Amino acid sequence: MNDWVEACAAGDIDEEDVMRFDHAGRTFAIYRSPDDEYFATDGLCTHEKVHLADGLVMDDIIECPKHNGRFNYKTGDARGAPVCVNLKTYPVKVDAGKVLIQIG
Amino acid sequence: MVIIGAGECGGRAALALRDLGYDGPVTLVGDEPHLPYERPPLSKEAMTGEAPAIKAIASDELFAERAIRHIHSVRAVAIDRAAHVVQLSDGSSLPYEKLLLATGSVPRQLPMPGLGGRCVYLRTFNDALAIRAHLRTGNRVAIIGGGFIGLELAASARKLGAAVSVIEAQPRILMRGVPAEIAEVIHKAHEAEGVAIRTGQGLAAIADDGKEVAITLAGGQTIVADLAVIGIGAVPVTVLAAEAGLAIDNGIAVDEQLRTADPDVFAAGDCCSFPLAVYGGRRVRLEAWRNAQEQGALAAKNMLGAGEAHAAVPWFWSDQYGLTLQIAGLSDEGKSTVRRDLDDGAFILFHLAQDGRLVAASGIGPGNAVARDIRLAEMLVARQASPAPEALGSQAVKLKSLLAA
Repeated sequence: MNDWVEACAAGDIDEEDVMRFDHAGRTFAIYRSPDDEYFATDGLCTHEKVHLADGLVMDDIIECPKHNGRFNYKTGDARGAPVCVNLKTYPVKVDAGKVLIQIG
Repeated sequence: MVIIGAGECGGRAALALRDLGYDGPVTLVGDEPHLPYERPPLSKEAMTGEAPAIKAIASDELFAERAIRHIHSVRAVAIDRAAHVVQLSDGSSLPYEKLLLATGSVPRQLPMPGLGGRCVYLRTFNDALAIRAHLRTGNRVAIIGGGFIGLELAASARKLGAAVSVIEAQPRILMRGVPAEIAEVIHKAHEAEGVAIRTGQGLAAIADDGKEVAITLAGGQTIVADLAVIGIGAVPVTVLAAEAGLAIDNGIAVDEQLRTADPDVFAAGDCCSFPLAVYGGRRVRLEAWRNAQEQGALAAKNMLGAGEAHAAVPWFWSDQYGLTLQIAGLSDEGKSTVRRDLDDGAFILFHLAQDGRLVAASGIGPGNAVARDIRLAEMLVARQASPAPEALGSQAVKLKSLLAA
């Protein structure tokens, strides 16, 4: 469970934005919040397997680019139709300018 | 609470009533045998997926858990507004306190003689199954109508190897609501995939012998197909409301709170026309998945007395081949257009009113290339913002920065 993986450099993501990260056949979304914290979730929307990294980040919400399903990317909570299944989140840390996620 | 129509709108309304804490009886009545399901996949994944499967909005278990009674395969046949009772086709009746009409729309019928078993329409999952059975290599499919349903079906049919013709009476495809520049991209994509598109072609005659269909165009040419799918628009289902004495104006006429002239009867989704606040109360009727969802939820709120006005900006999308089109707002409100080019050939057209207000944005590109910017444009439209045209046209300027302005 201690497998921290380097996802990107901290500067690769703008504030209040998201980036896709693929690793070992899985896809993740890495977020940088407006207050400069980093978060990670599964990369695909729980509604129709759309890449969330193409979506819009507003405050602590990521919105799916396809059907506007909304999740709180900090907690993974689904925020209303059409999404009803929460998004899995992953621990994140920033070390020496690198964003690491624990994908366990 | 009684909801007539168990599609996206009705289903969402029923769930929303529970989300809002209503604990009285909720009954959802639908004439299809299925659970409420999403219709957008019918022209796409339900055709091309390995096995056609219904994408239900909620399971039987969820409806049971939330104490929503779903009556299927039954129609509402009359509303007695004085007595607050709905009569159903199985002879039973349902008393209501508040009633929501979410009766949707049905395909516009082609008013021509000669149609038979090989001339079909697409609205329901069962329609989709019937069409799917014909989409395979060696078969010829003619699509009558170059609108979204027809074009999405054309793309699906090509994917499955059928030979496809699209016949459109108007001078170009997607005349309604889609700018010519974007329609052209879609037109070319279809031609590149081998679809024969004939625009500006009226129909002279149709002969359907139950095995194949011969479609004669006004110009004299005849197209023979194993199946003809007619996609020439949709008409709102208003009979029930009209017979109950409710006003019809291109749909069941409701106010900004989705209420009819009867304070206990609401209408939402494809079946209703309503004043769109963002365009000064212009009365519109929308045939769109997201609108059905949003209005279902709003109607539920207002059935419980919230008194909230509809404020959303219209939004819809279409997927064909690898392309996605998204449109926020109604582009016919615009007087001028600013183009923003994005990566990979994607682009967005911003539609500006005379006074500089951003009234709509239309985008097309591979995958979800335009999604984020269209969403931001939608927010700008909702705010009735007037961004500088140079900023809209420059990829270097982030749209999000305009939102902060």
